[in-house]
Amino acid sequence: MGQTLFDKIWDAHVVSSKEGFPDILYIDTHFIHEVTSPQAFDGLRKRGLPVFRPKQTVATADHNVPTWDQHLPIKEELSRYQVDMLTKNCAEFGIELYGLGHPFQGIVHVIGPELGVTRPGCTYVCGDSHTSTHGAFGAIAFGIGTSQVEQVLATQCLLQSRPKRMKIEVNGQLQKGVGAKDIILYIISKISAAGGTGYAVEYAGDTIRSLSMEGRMTICNMSIEMGARCGLIAPDETTINYVRGREFAPKGEEWDKAVDYWKTLYSDEDAEFDSVLSFNAEDIEPMITYGTNPGMGIGVTQNVPATADVEKAEQPSYTKALNYMGLHDAQPILGKPVDYVFIGSCTNSRIEDLRQVAEFVKGKHKADNVTVWVVPGSKQVQEQAIREGLDKIFDAAGFPLREPGCSACLGMNEDKIPAGKYCVSTSNRNFEGRQGPNSRTFLASPLTAAASAITGVVTDIREFLKEEELV
Amino acid sequence: MSTKIFKHIQSTVVPVNIENIDTDQIIPARFLKATTRDGFGNNLFRDWRFDEDDNPKRDFILNNPLYSGKILLAAKNFGCGSSREHAAWAIADYGFDAVVSSFFADIFKGNALNNGLLPVQVSDEFLAKLFAAVEADPNTQVEIDLVDQFIKISATGEMEEFEVNPYKKACMTNGYDDIDYILSNTALVEEFEQGR
Repeated sequence: MGQTLFDKIWDAHVVSSKEGFPDILYIDTHFIHEVTSPQAFDGLRKRGLPVFRPKQTVATADHNVPTWDQHLPIKEELSRYQVDMLTKNCAEFGIELYGLGHPFQGIVHVIGPELGVTRPGCTYVCGDSHTSTHGAFGAIAFGIGTSQVEQVLATQCLLQSRPKRMKIEVNGQLQKGVGAKDIILYIISKISAAGGTGYAVEYAGDTIRSLSMEGRMTICNMSIEMGARCGLIAPDETTINYVRGREFAPKGEEWDKAVDYWKTLYSDEDAEFDSVLSFNAEDIEPMITYGTNPGMGIGVTQNVPATADVEKAEQPSYTKALNYMGLHDAQPILGKPVDYVFIGSCTNSRIEDLRQVAEFVKGKHKADNVTVWVVPGSKQVQEQAIREGLDKIFDAAGFPLREPGCSACLGMNEDKIPAGKYCVSTSNRNFEGRQGPNSRTFLASPLTAAASAITGVVTDIREFLKEEELV
Repeated sequence: MSTKIFKHIQSTVVPVNIENIDTDQIIPARFLKATTRDGFGNNLFRDWRFDEDDNPKRDFILNNPLYSGKILLAAKNFGCGSSREHAAWAIADYGFDAVVSSFFADIFKGNALNNGLLPVQVSDEFLAKLFAAVEADPNTQVEIDLVDQFIKISATGEMEEFEVNPYKKACMTNGYDDIDYILSNTALVEEFEQGR
């Protein structure tokens, strides 16, 4: 019987497989950041252990960093302390740090791929659930907790039971204005925020194949939002072309050898999956969430579901979510006034996202009632945007280009959405208080976010694109 | 290094009948700035427990003096979202030894097991029974036995068996952790590296 892509990579990394025990899985690269690592380093000190393979560990500061005036000391004392601890720990244990001020600094899931650290056929972990992003290259990438961060620092291995395998196919032509973010929000809305729990999910089908690496990263990034252990996409020419020539990509003969191997990384025709789901690209509208988990999403022209249509047992939680969002049964979401628009996060802060937004907003201006933040995923993305003159387009539109970091995705740094305010956000989570205490999040694509910033209300990007075609 | 040992508990229960409780609710990101594992219990369910002025919200169950105990009972898909282990630390630090739900998010389940906090997955039917019993009588005693893998409502004797990974069970009942296990296999790890 054939093997799935996931199993091929897993099997190539098993150090030990013993009945009754989880497998010991070898980890090629361990990404760390300031929030989930300090207790792990403390653990090593208590055990008197070094970092086993410091050269296979890459560190950056992203969650706590300000995205304005980054050259100044971090104002918030605890944030500054946590970032300083990372610097100290990396120095003590011999780990390369791309900290504030370094040309490679940025969101951990943006810098790995852009530096060529993320490659097909490898295993990655990070103390961050959106590590699933790296699977876009045909890799196994898990988000882990701090005890496991300590485990990987100490051993370069992760103790893990093999998850079940799911294939999600998307085939067909996307509508204009519909992109990778809409695909993944659509899938999660169909299978729920728990629909992928226990699975490694491989995305396949001609629609997925047609996506750029940035789009594939957006899809894999949100695998965790349906509960999946990880997400991955088989590497192809798009993948190889993206990795070629990057800072840490293999070179010369090593490159040729790597590419030969990468070409063996796909699910065999007769590989068996524990679950297979299939969706049509034509059915996908620009998506938006209305509730307090990423599964609560609808096409932007649809109405919020009525409570009576929700399963009885789930109605109290549903009502709680609508109350939090200040929405009511069967309400249209289109035309709802918004206060903030956030374009950024490990889901949508790559150069392609910024180019797409810039192309759309060129010659337009944001509505007066909206504050817009555009936050590049890394220093390299920021500099590329400036080289291409995107910053000027953004400035003219009232969309200031900020400095790299996790920003308003998680309400941990200075960038928070105020209580009660609505934010159309390109990030990945609409949980209560995620973007700041009592903030209200509508998750959407960069284009939907940009269009809503221009009009000041939740907007169907397709209406804009139609008009532009007429002109 | 040893972790907390868990074999058997009997306790009253704190019921939080909400689905899809994500780790941002269990511990909001703004409280993740500590660099030690201690003290997270003070901010467990922070924004459900306290208002903007840090006054306890009377309608939230953790502020209801009728309910206390070592067992947290929650509706399905508990612990979804962020991988922050701080969520497990906050629950354990508050004083809970076990969380009972009909469905757990994977990363949370692993984090809990790594911290001596037992996630007990029961059927939807048994979960409904537990909520009904505890809501009818806040003094309801529930037993959780990890050795024989069952959960029981003490007064009625209604019980259900639960699954647990045999390796993690051995860790929890003996106080071992994963690093001890992998370190005992270091030779295999080095052999693997040389064979690549």
